[in-house]
Amino acid sequence: MDLIQNFPFVSILLCLAGGVLLSVLKARQARYVCFGLLSVITTLSVFTFIDAMNRKESYVYSMGHFPAPWGNEIRIGILEAGMAVFFCVILLLSLVGGLYKIVEEIEESKQNLYWTMISLLMSSMLALIYTNDLFTAYVFVEINTIGAASLIMIRENGHSIVATTKYMIMSLVGSGMLLLSISMLYDLTGHLLMSHMKEAIVDMAKTGAYEVPLTVIIALICVGIAIKSALFPFHTWLPEAYGYATASSSAILSSLVSKSYIFLLMKVFYRVIGLDVMIEHKTNHILFWFAIAGMMMGSLNAIKEHDIRRMIAYSSIAQIGYIYMGIGLGSEAGMIASVFHILSHSASKALLFISSAGLSSVSGDSKEFRDLKGAGIRNKIAGVGFLVGAFSMVGIPLFAGFISKVYFAGATLLATPVQMGVGLLALALSTILNAVYFMRTVILLYTPNRQKILVDFQNGMAFISSIGGFVILNFILGFGSYYMITLIERGLACFA
Amino acid sequence: MLEHLLDNYYETVSIILFGIGFTMLLLNRNLIKKIMGLNIMDTAIYLFLTAKGYIAGRVAPILTAGVQEKDAFINPVPSGLVLTGIVVSVSVTAFMLSLTIRLYRRYHTLDIDKIAMLAKREDL
Amino acid sequence: MSKKNDNYESTFWYRLKYWVNGEEETVLEEESERHEAHLKRVAIEDRVYRAFSEIPDDGEEQEAHYRALKKELYELSEKYKTWPEKQGVKIFDRFYRIFAVILCIGIIGILLVTVSYLPQFGSANNPNNNEVSKRYIEKGLEETGATNIVTGMILDYRAFDTLGESHVLFISACSVLILIRVDKKRMEDMTQEELDEIRGEELYEKNQDIILQKVAFFLVPIIMLFGIYIILNGHLSPGGGFPGGAIIGASFILYLNAFGYEKTRKFFTYKTFSVISIGSLLCYALAKGYSFYMGANHLDSGIPLGTPGAIFSGGLILLLNICVGLVVACTMYAFYSLFRRGGM
Repeated sequence: MDLIQNFPFVSILLCLAGGVLLSVLKARQARYVCFGLLSVITTLSVFTFIDAMNRKESYVYSMGHFPAPWGNEIRIGILEAGMAVFFCVILLLSLVGGLYKIVEEIEESKQNLYWTMISLLMSSMLALIYTNDLFTAYVFVEINTIGAASLIMIRENGHSIVATTKYMIMSLVGSGMLLLSISMLYDLTGHLLMSHMKEAIVDMAKTGAYEVPLTVIIALICVGIAIKSALFPFHTWLPEAYGYATASSSAILSSLVSKSYIFLLMKVFYRVIGLDVMIEHKTNHILFWFAIAGMMMGSLNAIKEHDIRRMIAYSSIAQIGYIYMGIGLGSEAGMIASVFHILSHSASKALLFISSAGLSSVSGDSKEFRDLKGAGIRNKIAGVGFLVGAFSMVGIPLFAGFISKVYFAGATLLATPVQMGVGLLALALSTILNAVYFMRTVILLYTPNRQKILVDFQNGMAFISSIGGFVILNFILGFGSYYMITLIERGLACFA
Repeated sequence: MLEHLLDNYYETVSIILFGIGFTMLLLNRNLIKKIMGLNIMDTAIYLFLTAKGYIAGRVAPILTAGVQEKDAFINPVPSGLVLTGIVVSVSVTAFMLSLTIRLYRRYHTLDIDKIAMLAKREDL
Repeated sequence: MSKKNDNYESTFWYRLKYWVNGEEETVLEEESERHEAHLKRVAIEDRVYRAFSEIPDDGEEQEAHYRALKKELYELSEKYKTWPEKQGVKIFDRFYRIFAVILCIGIIGILLVTVSYLPQFGSANNPNNNEVSKRYIEKGLEETGATNIVTGMILDYRAFDTLGESHVLFISACSVLILIRVDKKRMEDMTQEELDEIRGEELYEKNQDIILQKVAFFLVPIIMLFGIYIILNGHLSPGGGFPGGAIIGASFILYLNAFGYEKTRKFFTYKTFSVISIGSLLCYALAKGYSFYMGANHLDSGIPLGTPGAIFSGGLILLLNICVGLVVACTMYAFYSLFRRGGM
């Protein structure tokens, strides 16, 4: 076995152990160690990614001395490694961009615990990306949940603690459903390992045994993960959680944590249940309709908001709807579009959160639109960042969001007539709605404010480089979309 | 169907408990009761899993000098999963309780709706 | 006509109804009302002040304007604020209860239908009694060296789960620390009431119950020994790191309750907690990392399995059990102590 094949496992373990160690360091030391750790992980992931591209086949790394159905294992392919690299980059950029807010908003004696949470969260996301075992996935989902909740509440004002409580309650409902469905699935198949579960399920589908339980199990998994990633009717916790957390936390939550759950769901569909069985049981249709409703309701709620962070949070609900719509189509094309939208949405949404923090810094730390008037002129860098993010979310050509919308439209054309009609209509309508609230915000940001506002704020190098990195990432996704799509296709081919 | 449910009485009971816990967690407004609901729900799943590992007439999988044949033991996998699950449940409960303590100290009530209302009013 | 009961509030039925409805203590109600009233007043004053600062500065007119504005604002805010409490909550309450019952019955119904299709309870031919569990039982002893198959399974075959699980415990301990640890800075921000609460706790501790102390004097060592026995024999008999750790944690809690913080602090402070739990978690991760690495690269780990049934057998399992036990014992004690007075 090559040395490089050890890297995913080493990065998971490093993050776990590093997170534990960070909790005893001083705030400043912990920050440096955490950034060092994350850079190491990013490098390791890049190596893994290059190695996976050369291999053309995904490979299995067994955790311990025992082979597949007896021991745990992780599985590495192009898609997994690519996701890991992407997650690391986004995490680093969001942390760098929101650093001054973290230092400002979190008590100094507790900052080291923030970095602990970041490190453990990263390890759990990596484990969710790589794992090939459903029960391991459950354990790391719990780490992810508690870590994410801590990122919200660490500001320790009333709002963020209330938001955390709501988030935890919804998340725990989801965890319970997930655990119940895993136990039932274990009962039917006798395995916890994804590939062996799939074999058993394919056999079951052939003989037609256990059809009713299987449908319920698929539904439970879908609902459980949908609650955690805020699909429309289960989104109630989201606006407060994203709106009141510190900027980096909001960026990480919306662009990484919810995406790691969606990635787990895709894994379940491909590796445990199989796309054919899923389509046979018609569960994807339910996801599709909820996703359409989410696209509409998220945007409509965003229009009503007068708080910039909550508006971006509601827009997340709409964008998560897009991703679920792609999954709900149940076709290869839909999945490709969804994976691409995971990338483009992560890049733009994190950018929006980070730059909105920069915008409120020059408007007396207010997030209300009436105070933000002209903020794009007062803080040019943040204004440009917001502009790029907004354009990408609306779907202006050349930006990342446009490409994913094109692929979503292409995927709906291949679906059944009803899905095609509804899907295209929803895409068009939601684009218009997106344009309404994002363009309104952009215009407001660039309307000169008559009142003199004393600006006592300078963008730090960290903030500028983070915005720059995000903008570049958006353009890479926009211009290099053809290459990205071929990569995703190759990744999905060896994903199942 | 009813007969099968009565045969699988452990599963039946655990599912009923799960439903009760689930509803309590989702719809009770008192935070402490929500946490109780969470614990009932988790425990119900562990009961379900344990029942799934049981094989009639067999004993716990601990090899002792007396029992030698391999058919004497139940399935060890669900027991292990329950062990792992219990730790997760303990941690989550502790976290939820500490959140409740903080909220109570600040707002002097356990009603989540009232707390949300009070929090909203804070920044008027 | 029945007799009027003056003590209705202390009757069984009243309390049962009280409990079923999930209402709070009336005292708390008052407390929260006072808090609400305060918040309301502050909010109104703030808004009036804002409106006040916007209008131009000219004597009489300003005064009248100010009064009108204040009245208007007050009425508006009253209306806006009392509606959700007076009508909104009632409507919501009714809706909630109906919805709760429907949801509960619906979920139970769907899941019961599912269960009725699941394999037979207790049958040896169920799908989950396959080659996986067979190998655990048949070869578990020779491959892991543990006579307790379940311990062998969670600490050797499926050790990655268990590694994650111990970190779940750690991450939740960290979150509790963030939320309710009272450090020096928090002390300065606290109100007098809260400070009194903590101080009262310590004053109260001075005159401890002599019976409790004598009983604890005998019980604590025994309970602790029992916990240590369970940890050390985790691979031989029922038990292991988690139950043993929980028992040791319980003995610490008993000691604390009997002898107070002053004596407990002599051997267990926040520093002890962090050193022990972090040391054992790192040791755990290191040991497991080594064995994962060796296993995945098909190398011999070189750890002897020992003779089955002896204390020093089962390879790394004993070490891992001790680590988990220490983490759990410290975390349990930390949870209790943090919940009680926000420190150790």
